[in-house]
Amino acid sequence: MSHHPKGKLRTDLNPSRLLTFKIDDRDVSAREDESILEVARQNGIAIPTLCHLDGLSERGACRLCIVEVRGVAKLLPSCVTFPRQDMEVITNSERVVNYRKKILELLFTERNHVCSVCVSNGHCELQNLSVELGVTHVRYNYLYPEHAVDASHSRFSVDHNRCVLCLRCVRVCDEIEGAHTWDIMGRGITSKVITDLNQPWGTAETCTGCGKCVQVCPTGALSEKGKSVAEMIKRRQFLPYLQMMRGRQEESWQK
Amino acid sequence: MAKIGLATTWLDGCSGCHMSFLDLDEGLIALADKVEIVYGPLVDYKTFPEHADVTLVEGAVSSEADKKNILNIRARSGVLVSFGDCAVTANVPGMRNRYPVEAVLQRGYVENAEPPLAGSGEAAFQVVPQLCPHARPVHEFVHVDVFLPGCPPPPEAIFYLLQELLAGRIPDMRGRTRFGA
Amino acid sequence: MTLNIEDLHQIAKIEQDTQQGFQHRINVCVAAGCLSCGSGVVKDALAREVGKRGLDNWCQVKGVGCLGLCTAGPLIALEVGGRFYQGVKVADVADIVEALGASPVDRLLYPDDSAFFQRQLRIVTENCGRIDPERIEEYIAESGYEGLYLALTQMTRQEVLGQVTESGLRGRGGAGFPTGLKWTTVAKTVDSTKFVICNADEGDPGAFMDRSVLESDPHRVIEGMAVAGYATGASQGFIYVRAEYPLAVKRVRMALSQAERMGILGNNIFNTNFSFNIKVRLGAGAFVCGEETALIASIEGRMGRPRPRPPFPAEYGLWEHPTLINNVETFANIPPIIRHGGKWFAGIGTEKSKGTKVFALAGKIVNTGLIEVPMGMPLREIVYEIGGGIPEGKRFKAVQTGGPSGGCIPQQFLDMPVDYDSLMQVGSIMGSGGMIVMDESSCMVDVAKFFMEFCMSESCGKCAPCRVGTRQIYDILCKITAGGATTEDLATLEDLCDLVKHTSLCGLGQSAPNPVLTTLNYFRDEYLAHIHDKKCLAGACKTAKEVS
Ligand SMILES: Cc1cc2nc3c(=O)[nH]c(=O)nc-3n(C[C@H](O)[C@H](O)[C@H](O)COP(=O)(O)O)c2cc1C
Ligand code: SF4
Ligand code: SF4
Ligand code: SF4
Ligand code: SF4
Ligand code: FES
Ligand code: FES
Repeated sequence: MSHHPKGKLRTDLNPSRLLTFKIDDRDVSAREDESILEVARQNGIAIPTLCHLDGLSERGACRLCIVEVRGVAKLLPSCVTFPRQDMEVITNSERVVNYRKKILELLFTERNHVCSVCVSNGHCELQNLSVELGVTHVRYNYLYPEHAVDASHSRFSVDHNRCVLCLRCVRVCDEIEGAHTWDIMGRGITSKVITDLNQPWGTAETCTGCGKCVQVCPTGALSEKGKSVAEMIKRRQFLPYLQMMRGRQEESWQK
Repeated sequence: MAKIGLATTWLDGCSGCHMSFLDLDEGLIALADKVEIVYGPLVDYKTFPEHADVTLVEGAVSSEADKKNILNIRARSGVLVSFGDCAVTANVPGMRNRYPVEAVLQRGYVENAEPPLAGSGEAAFQVVPQLCPHARPVHEFVHVDVFLPGCPPPPEAIFYLLQELLAGRIPDMRGRTRFGA
Repeated sequence: MTLNIEDLHQIAKIEQDTQQGFQHRINVCVAAGCLSCGSGVVKDALAREVGKRGLDNWCQVKGVGCLGLCTAGPLIALEVGGRFYQGVKVADVADIVEALGASPVDRLLYPDDSAFFQRQLRIVTENCGRIDPERIEEYIAESGYEGLYLALTQMTRQEVLGQVTESGLRGRGGAGFPTGLKWTTVAKTVDSTKFVICNADEGDPGAFMDRSVLESDPHRVIEGMAVAGYATGASQGFIYVRAEYPLAVKRVRMALSQAERMGILGNNIFNTNFSFNIKVRLGAGAFVCGEETALIASIEGRMGRPRPRPPFPAEYGLWEHPTLINNVETFANIPPIIRHGGKWFAGIGTEKSKGTKVFALAGKIVNTGLIEVPMGMPLREIVYEIGGGIPEGKRFKAVQTGGPSGGCIPQQFLDMPVDYDSLMQVGSIMGSGGMIVMDESSCMVDVAKFFMEFCMSESCGKCAPCRVGTRQIYDILCKITAGGATTEDLATLEDLCDLVKHTSLCGLGQSAPNPVLTTLNYFRDEYLAHIHDKKCLAGACKTAKEVS
């Protein structure tokens, strides 16, 4: 169960109103403020996601969770789309499945993913997605950009070669830890996550060293120093809990 | 039943995928009456045969020689399998892609040479195969029929692949191996 | 100070009388185009010359907004006689003044401007090139703010909404959403705080319609926004202009303070209980900040990145309040609609596209500049009559409309009417009004590459398909123009275009493939020639063979 600060975000959605609709021809019921993704997962219907993480605000940016809605021409990201009475959602049409694969392949081309030597090998959401979606190779040309590793922090390091720009680190640090050490700079293909004013992480004064960003990072981009590959498992149980306890209802869904 | 002709070969790879192939252990025996190895580093043939029913290609395409070889291999192969991460994604050989070829050679053959090489290293560069600017996956050059990712691909996945091919099916490798496996 | 209609008429009368007092009026274009080639000093020199000869009461020299023929600047219009002088320099000033009332200075005359002007229909630009944009009195003398007065004092909100709906006006910012419907939606929201935003970000390469309107007639946009505020129940407006338009910013600010001083903005406008204020916000020149949700984020002081819609700004906009966001030209159409009625406006244009459209005509065309034509005018008429055809006797190849989000329209559609739906049918869009003409020497693959490079570097990077996809598409286009691509690359190109179009988050990504898709559709032979024969049919690209 998640505790998104949605009430505040979507003043138009009323949590006490209930409705029924269909996902993949199954009848399901939902609160008006529950996303299609949430309802699908409650019902054991799997939709792949990357930028979404229970406990963080939504971005709707990776586009892996797109679904079709009967009668709607556009594909809709299920993490930020809310059901309507009698809506018919299709999560697994050939069309969306193919698009998801292609988007994932694009992500693999964007940076330098060398799984065999990566700290997250075996515990990586990107890798898992490739298995889930049946991506056995990448049809597009790899871009081989130049990216650095910043190991200046005493306990953590960031390897931009593995970053997928999901901005989970930015959101957790801002919304949960309240430090806002991470942010994003540049645009388009040159976007990059940065700490404080684009300075080495080790010199970022706002960082409390809590390690939350490392735990939420889906890939090998953020890792703990001194851990072996086998140990580099991310622990995220704290997220919904903290979100609930602090009741921090801040927006930043639109980052 | 006639045996199928299996060729294996490596381009820019570390031979790890071939080691994994050898790790089939008793699987190799099971395959022995159905498969004839017609070419490869594991056997003693010098030239690639006119035709191989199935070819496993390990390694990325890194040099001008690799480029020439892979075209030849494709032309003479029935089913071409991209065998392992280096062939599928360029993997480790691709890690040099962010640097200019000259810098890579300099680092490999001059700075890291033991004892350190005197001079510019020009002489050494002459004898190294001419490197392309990037090491790239096999399927960027030729059509690939089956992808077998993994570094190296697990023996079970290789066995499954061959079993399927023997049964006349194009194997669906989803869920049996992955990048970095 | 509170004005009533008599005051307005009084101001107008005084202004008109002053104007009429002059035998001759010399209008010097001081919009950005002409100003940048020196019209400012020409204007001063003219004023000095007139003063020196003691003709101050006989001849007026004034700075006006864009006259439309921007390539011929510095441009001067003689109101009496209606001729234009082009490329005027300070050295010409004495001759010009000398020739007033006599035969014109032949060497400066703009050759034949009749078709250029006669075929146009000016509503949005009715005052451009005629009034001094820095004086509110001149705007008022052209019935300025009468529409606002009418709306506030004689119409209910519902009536205003009704007129705008009846006019059939559609948004001029790109998508052509019905303006009346948008206004009515915002009017229906119950929030007590609402906002009106004017989108003057205008980031399309080659587009300068909005800039021209703001530089030449800023009060018109202010009036349109105030009417919108009244109709929707908003009391605060924002004009979001890109900082690269310093002159537009200056004139808008000047206009705002003049309007405030006269009580046309502020509290209890025209003695009614309607209050409305407008603030200017500067954009830093990112194309994506023209997208409404990114623009709102930028005004709020956050990073200019779009967010998924719904919720739409009409419901959930600036600081979470209902927000009406319209383009500059959309607002500029409002005052005449209120003055003459929605029915009048609906009588112009085609069945589904009403009114006129301002275009920035550029590229391989004789008359480059700003034009305004009724919706539905055939493309041929715009290119050959208003535009004067293709220079140097070259052959026409295509027209690109809609900028990086639009497409290329080939010769076979030259007789097509230019309106929202016809453009959409051939795979392009109206867009904000950029119109680039291409002749036989333009390579269509290269054109597609140019726009894709633009989208790639302007992609905000938020969503994966646009961020990475535009780069991949660009790479393939480079490969094609360099003669190194294969048929598979062409298939991948089409596959990527389809992906980016259907899965991107905002309009930038969703429309970025359009230039590629339309050129693939109409000029596939050019792509194939690069691929199979390593040849550029237009001779514009250096293919691999020629390079090596
Ligand atoms: C990438 C992108 C850029 C845009 N740029 C502009 C712009 O510069 N000016 C503009 O008026 N609308 C622009 N738009 C359209 C706006 O989002 C919005 O639809 C428009 O301002 C609404 O006004 P209208 O209804 O009057 O057309 C852009 C849209 C996208 C997706
Ligand atoms: S981050 Fe994941 S996908 Fe990328 S190299 Fe590491 S393990 Fe592979
Ligand atoms: S360790 Fe904690 S405070 Fe530091 S950057 Fe990560 S989330 Fe922010
Ligand atoms: S560092 Fe990790 S969490 Fe942060 S954007 Fe990159 S992949 Fe996402
Ligand atoms: S489509 Fe492009 S510009 Fe729009 S949100 Fe996605 S990355 Fe940003
Ligand atoms: S999970 Fe919905 S867009 Fe990323
Ligand atoms: S800028 Fe002077 S005529 Fe357009």
